[in-house]
Amino acid sequence: MRTVSVSEITKNVREMCIEANYFLSDDMKEVFCEAVEKEKAPLGKQILMQLEENLKIAGEDKIPICQDTGMAVVFMKIGQDVHFVDGSLTDAVNEGVRQGYIDGFLRKSVVKDPIERINTNDNTPAVIHYEIVDGDGIEITVAPKGFGSENMSRVFMLKPADGIEGVKEAILTAVKDAGPNACPPMVVGVGIGGTFEKCALMAKHALTRDLKEKPASSYVGALEREMLEKINRLGIGPGGLGGTVTALAVNIETYPTHIAGLPVAVNICCHVNRHVHRTI
Amino acid sequence: MNQNIQVPMSKETARQLHAGDYVYLSGTIYTARDAAHKRMKEALDRGESLPVDLNGIVIYYMGPSPAREGRPIGAAGPTTASRMDKYTPELLDLGMGAMIGKGKRSRSVIDAIIRNGAVYFAAVGGAGALLSKRILKSEVVAYDDLGTEAIRRLEIENFPVIVVVDSEGNNLYDTAAEKYAG
Repeated sequence: MRTVSVSEITKNVREMCIEANYFLSDDMKEVFCEAVEKEKAPLGKQILMQLEENLKIAGEDKIPICQDTGMAVVFMKIGQDVHFVDGSLTDAVNEGVRQGYIDGFLRKSVVKDPIERINTNDNTPAVIHYEIVDGDGIEITVAPKGFGSENMSRVFMLKPADGIEGVKEAILTAVKDAGPNACPPMVVGVGIGGTFEKCALMAKHALTRDLKEKPASSYVGALEREMLEKINRLGIGPGGLGGTVTALAVNIETYPTHIAGLPVAVNICCHVNRHVHRTI
Repeated sequence: MNQNIQVPMSKETARQLHAGDYVYLSGTIYTARDAAHKRMKEALDRGESLPVDLNGIVIYYMGPSPAREGRPIGAAGPTTASRMDKYTPELLDLGMGAMIGKGKRSRSVIDAIIRNGAVYFAAVGGAGALLSKRILKSEVVAYDDLGTEAIRRLEIENFPVIVVVDSEGNNLYDTAAEKYAG
């Protein structure tokens, strides 16, 4: 058994919230550079170059990449042989978010109740997804999620007869409806299978996968490439103002499902697809 | 067409702008997003006056991140305009001259833009750090308790925007995608 103080979690989550909001990961930067080359529309190219300059200013002048510094989504993979001490793990994660958002000059975008809508003023609580795995490792992913694109995300409960063509149509429908609202060029996270909530969670998790990393199954890889090409033929373009780069990547996760169903979730993220991983 | 526009602008200037124009705004604008719009609507419904004179002003749908020491404001990019659609026609009819946001607008907003000779600009979503540098001064003028959602008066210089819906109702979002589709 491995003993870990929850203060270690607070410290890491704090740093990860700040890092995610000021610096994009290398895989995002790489697809961005490729996008500038690929874009055919003059206005689209101008916008992509503005976004590249924005990333540079964010890092150098310590201004968050986007003012919507998100609701903090935290994925935690915890080995079953880990024993946390010195307090509650969930409280420790939220304390890390609180410190990160206050010390990092990040926007406080969370309201305590969806109807009463009073700001909590420290961006807590986070949305935390725990997964218990073998061993004694701890993996943390912090993915602050902006709501311009979150609002355009969808769940489709398809029928088995809809098949892969139905899945493709669902993804294209979500992207078309999102259009300029989701701050294209987007990253599209897709979950296929599982249950109603499982496919939504997979779609969110898919956004945190390194964009250069290949998926586990080859048919998923082929589907990702096909959908990226189809999305980029929609013409939406950077800022929704027309162009050939509407999405930077499509990341798909799958899971076994019920004989009666084919759930599909499409979680749309803007070009500020923030995800920081650490292993403790 | 690239051009520099002083804001607030006259109706005549607004009429000269066309969907697709890339322009740089300098002058004074005000911020308001979801919560501030709700409050303004409630004030109007009670027959009260608004905390800012809407006549000819530009409203920017934006809630900034906190400013670091020595800076007027933090990241300051546009938020999705359609969430304000419910309130917008009334504000346009009361004299609001233009809006800066991102994303599609409803038919009733576009009709109110045409009716009032107004303009809807888009700033580039997600360029919050770059746009922050074009803001010289920021001051909360109303609803301070709303934090990032308070109404702020901003002094801007060479603030880059694109005309999406012009005073005749031409809509760049409707035409731009078609051109590059296929």
